[in-house]
Amino acid sequence: MALKRMNTIQVILLMLAMYTAPASWAQNFITVASTTSTEQSGLFKHLLPAYEKKTGVQVRVVALGTGQALDMARRGDADVVFVHARSAEEKFIAEGYGVKRLPVMYNDFVLIGPKSDPAKIAGGKDILDALRKVKAAEAPFVSRGDRSGTHMAELDLWKLAGVDIAADKGPWYRDTGQGMGPALNTASSMNGYILADRGTWISFKNRGDLTILVEGDKRLFNQYGVILVNPEKHGHVKKELGQAFIDWVVSPDGQKAIADYKIGGEQLFFPNANDKGA
Amino acid sequence: MNEISLAFGEAGRLIVELDATLAGIVALSIRVSLTAVVIASMLGLPLGAAIAVGRFPGRQALIVVLNALMGLPPVVVGLFVYLMLSRAGPLGQFGILFTPAAMVVAQTILILPIVAALSRQVIEDAWQEYREQLRSLGAGPLTSAVTLLWDTRFSLVTIVLAGFGRAAAEVGAVIIVGGNIDGVTRVMTTAIALETSKGDLPLALGLGVILLSLVLALNAAAYWVKEAAQRR
Amino acid sequence: MLPLVLDQVFFAINGRIIIDGVSAEIVTGPRTIILGPNGAGKSVLMRLCHGLLAPTSGAISWRGAANGRGRQAMVFQRPVMLRRSALANVVYGLKLAGVSTRERELRARDVLEAVGLANIADRPARVLSGGEQQRLALARAWALGPEVLFLDEPTANLDPSAARDVETLIGQIRAGGTKIVMTTHNLGQAKRLGDEILFLSQGRLVERAPADQFFKKPASAEADAFIRGELPWH
Repeated sequence: MALKRMNTIQVILLMLAMYTAPASWAQNFITVASTTSTEQSGLFKHLLPAYEKKTGVQVRVVALGTGQALDMARRGDADVVFVHARSAEEKFIAEGYGVKRLPVMYNDFVLIGPKSDPAKIAGGKDILDALRKVKAAEAPFVSRGDRSGTHMAELDLWKLAGVDIAADKGPWYRDTGQGMGPALNTASSMNGYILADRGTWISFKNRGDLTILVEGDKRLFNQYGVILVNPEKHGHVKKELGQAFIDWVVSPDGQKAIADYKIGGEQLFFPNANDKGA
Repeated sequence: MNEISLAFGEAGRLIVELDATLAGIVALSIRVSLTAVVIASMLGLPLGAAIAVGRFPGRQALIVVLNALMGLPPVVVGLFVYLMLSRAGPLGQFGILFTPAAMVVAQTILILPIVAALSRQVIEDAWQEYREQLRSLGAGPLTSAVTLLWDTRFSLVTIVLAGFGRAAAEVGAVIIVGGNIDGVTRVMTTAIALETSKGDLPLALGLGVILLSLVLALNAAAYWVKEAAQRR
Repeated sequence: MLPLVLDQVFFAINGRIIIDGVSAEIVTGPRTIILGPNGAGKSVLMRLCHGLLAPTSGAISWRGAANGRGRQAMVFQRPVMLRRSALANVVYGLKLAGVSTRERELRARDVLEAVGLANIADRPARVLSGGEQQRLALARAWALGPEVLFLDEPTANLDPSAARDVETLIGQIRAGGTKIVMTTHNLGQAKRLGDEILFLSQGRLVERAPADQFFKKPASAEADAFIRGELPWH
């Protein structure tokens, strides 16, 4: 009886020891709130190990939708924000939660659809025209519906195209509430149209019959910004380490690392920290 | 169909070669769930025994609540723990959100009612059988509770195994409080969720096979324990 | 701690009266058998005496004090063994009684020897046969050196040879100075083992007499009918 109790205690101590052992406890680290589409593109897996090796600081990325990422930062659960929704980011700073927004890179959105293309938009250069055609054809269209940067970009485009999507959507418009990957899966299985960021699309493996139908319209460009969470709002924010990461990402080294990220020979993200107006 | 069989092949290769990412994810999963089940058992088994043997006002209500809590949805637990551990929340100053410690906390809360409620049932059944004899020998409530915990040890082990299985298989709680951070809080279930949504099946399938094997092993262990109990 | 005095003891559950005003004094010496048909309340009366149940009304006291409980032990119809070795079961009781660690094991082995279970001391108690378990229960009780040993139908579930072994052991325990209080519905056993008979029927103490007298010339009609095997089972 006493023997059994001692074994349990030993097991617990062993567990606790195993827990304090892994590097994650003692190491320097920062928490970055970013988006699922950025994580799923594989950029961080390419970018961060180099940074970690150079500085010894682990960058922990929590990937959520843009809205959630900013909310997480408002609550003080992140040190740095790395998202792609300029108006939401500027609101974030205006509210006092962020110090300053710096442009980092852009990728673009593409309009994906089935090769059969019932709305006849393939090869077009005008995204607004393409969207109007999709609505007219009542072809299945998958929306992320999750307050993400991609979702907000999609809503902005409908607005610019003169479509009141909230009022005019029919059963052809599928509001899924999912991340980019799952939404692409859905579009693939129902041969529907979908607005996606090029990065996720390039690394997406389950394409089925889908292909890029419309691309290159300037209105499809997707700008990324990086922001340090305001240490005055949240005293525990790791401002030196966070700022160091931001400084690196916009530095020539960091920008080159971003440009070097390729899938199948294709570059996904285009660094533009020098473009002050971005 | 061909894609899927290709993916299975890839998965097999990852497992056999002990791919480093895969191994790290599996090790973390086991660490987190094992720690959670150990803590939950240290708290839940005595709690179950105390309720089984004790007589106090509100006992019946407590048993009903405990049984109901067995069905706590993992996402709800995750949400609750997230709100508690967020910097904006009451326990934020410890800074354990998005670390394995937070995952342990969430899974402990998830399994504790299971361990307590099921052990309460098992011990109460044993109490019915042992009660008169123990009292006749002069055992008070505390001694009786301890004696029952030892005597029902085989059943209790299967309960603990069940708790571990529940923890290892859940995704809702750990993904919210852990954040599925690559190399830090990514476990089997959250990795499967991520890789599947990326359309990247080999790693997801590999992890799925391992998770299934773990569940099978746990069930085999539980069966073996029951067999051993017959001989004691 | 003897005499055990029962004074107008009633026991009822949910309005049903099980013990109906029993008064008696149980003293040192004679082997006391509580006899009666099934449902008479024998087991309940035994539990009241041992202290496992509290009377609904009336008083039960040892040597004039309500809690002068002293050393007693009880053996039940179905032995309850802990999930450990036979030896450990006996040691368990001794530990509760406050016996020192070394003394416990010695005494336990001695008593197992005395009941003929020395060779299975290390076997798990729950895999033993019914007869072996009941002997083990007796050993566990005997090891405590009780002044009073209560036995509730101890051989009702045993085959004749195991029953005989148990009866022999009871005799040995008695010879060591322990007072025996036993229930049974078995006439033959009562005749073999009893010095005095308390005859219980429908919760009432109908008759009390020395064994010889009881069996030769029962004073009450119920006792008479029971002995003749005619008492209706209800």
